[in-house]
Amino acid sequence: MTIHRFFINGLYLVLDINSGALHVVDEIAYKALALFNGANDDEVINELSGEFGVTAVREVLDDLNELKDQGTLFAPEVTTPITFRDKPLVKSLCLHVAHDCNLRCGYCFAGTGDFGHDRSLMPKQVAEQAVDFIIDNSGGRKNCELDFFGGEPLLNMETVRHTVSYVRKREAETGKVFKLTLTTNVALLTDNIIEYLNSENISVVLSLDGRREVHDAMRPYADGSGSFDKVVARAKKLVASRQGENYYMRGTFTAHNLDFANDVVAMTDMGFKRLSVEPVVAKDEEYALKEEHLPVLFKEYETLAQEYLARWRAGKGFDFFHFNINLDNGPCVAKRLSGCGAGHEYFAVTPDGDLYPCHQFVGRDEYLLGNVVEGIKKPHMPEKFRQTHVLNKDECRECWARFYCSGGCHANAQLFNGTIDKPYKIGCELQKKRLECALMIQACLTMDGGRK
Amino acid sequence: MAKHITTINKGTLQKTLHTGGCGECQASCQSACKTSCTVGNQVCAK
Repeated sequence: MTIHRFFINGLYLVLDINSGALHVVDEIAYKALALFNGANDDEVINELSGEFGVTAVREVLDDLNELKDQGTLFAPEVTTPITFRDKPLVKSLCLHVAHDCNLRCGYCFAGTGDFGHDRSLMPKQVAEQAVDFIIDNSGGRKNCELDFFGGEPLLNMETVRHTVSYVRKREAETGKVFKLTLTTNVALLTDNIIEYLNSENISVVLSLDGRREVHDAMRPYADGSGSFDKVVARAKKLVASRQGENYYMRGTFTAHNLDFANDVVAMTDMGFKRLSVEPVVAKDEEYALKEEHLPVLFKEYETLAQEYLARWRAGKGFDFFHFNINLDNGPCVAKRLSGCGAGHEYFAVTPDGDLYPCHQFVGRDEYLLGNVVEGIKKPHMPEKFRQTHVLNKDECRECWARFYCSGGCHANAQLFNGTIDKPYKIGCELQKKRLECALMIQACLTMDGGRK
Repeated sequence: MAKHITTINKGTLQKTLHTGGCGECQASCQSACKTSCTVGNQVCAK
């Protein structure tokens, strides 16, 4: 497959998969591209001239042949480039500073914080060893990333503060630059912590599911009461204190709110403009997404995309993580093969210092890779993760979206299929729809003359 | 000027087969999603 044709929001769109070029075409060109292979002009004329006339079909073919000559249609297959290093460099760690949580979210993949083990906090020494691990394994790479994660990381601010001080010291010693993030459910966010996070330039990912009833049904405190009021109030204070920058508001939708576009809109109306709302990943749960939900969800993404466009056109745009797509300065092919980096460039660290391929794998014992003191003890695993890229997976190699999703989430693939070699189908279908929406939005905004 | 086609962007994939791989860009799962890998929405760090 070398092109992907789709019709959405009144537009005929064509993505040239191996160049990344995007074209808006008319109906004649759209139909011609169902037949045209770059060398069969006569066949296309025979098939379509009855409906559109010979002159128009010839014009279309002239256009298509020109694009082909320019390399923006039927570009050659992409193969693994030499820029894709055999040996990865570690660039990012997810520090589980607290395997404990103050909320009891119904869909928590972390088993309400403990990841199936004892509730525990990461000691300062382990955090220091994790920082040293990334420095020692990042080679000549300058940029490193640490995410303070949990459970709920605000339950262990002592280690967070200590780690940040240690990072600053090691930055000065090594010339590395650390980007720090903290993923929190917000409920324990005090003024003092807000001031601290701002002063240390720590990006935050804040959890909010949208409408009050949706949020409270899934994100209660241990006593069953809802966390919405507290979360929204504290999040507003934090976002205002950093002038609306350096944060993402991150929600989850489930089978209980298939109309999740309403939750996204609700959050924008609360004043939050940097949003990411994700499908829940769950198996055999009553709130799990099923294949039968896909048509409704596809429609919902289209509805959200239309609202997104309307708000940008009205000068009131918001950022929706999965509708962002960078067509002109996007990642290189090597990055698109590296994907999320789980298991080779990115690892999760438990409170005990154990290393897993990512936060989602924590607690799946067969994926315990080593620890921050002794390093990786199963070197075949990072190699396997690195090589399980879109050009090496049967289903991905044939998929039009392969250079945008980069093969999807390994943890979800393993959860549903028992192997990272076979992607999680519902995740793939939703990803493809999001991409179509994102491409349509880019096409519309570009034709409008750019974002307002 | 093509009469039947508007090209939105010309694509950079073929070019970056030879020029990329510095690895300085952000890990894609780290910034906002934490559950679904998306790479195409990132910006090259160069």
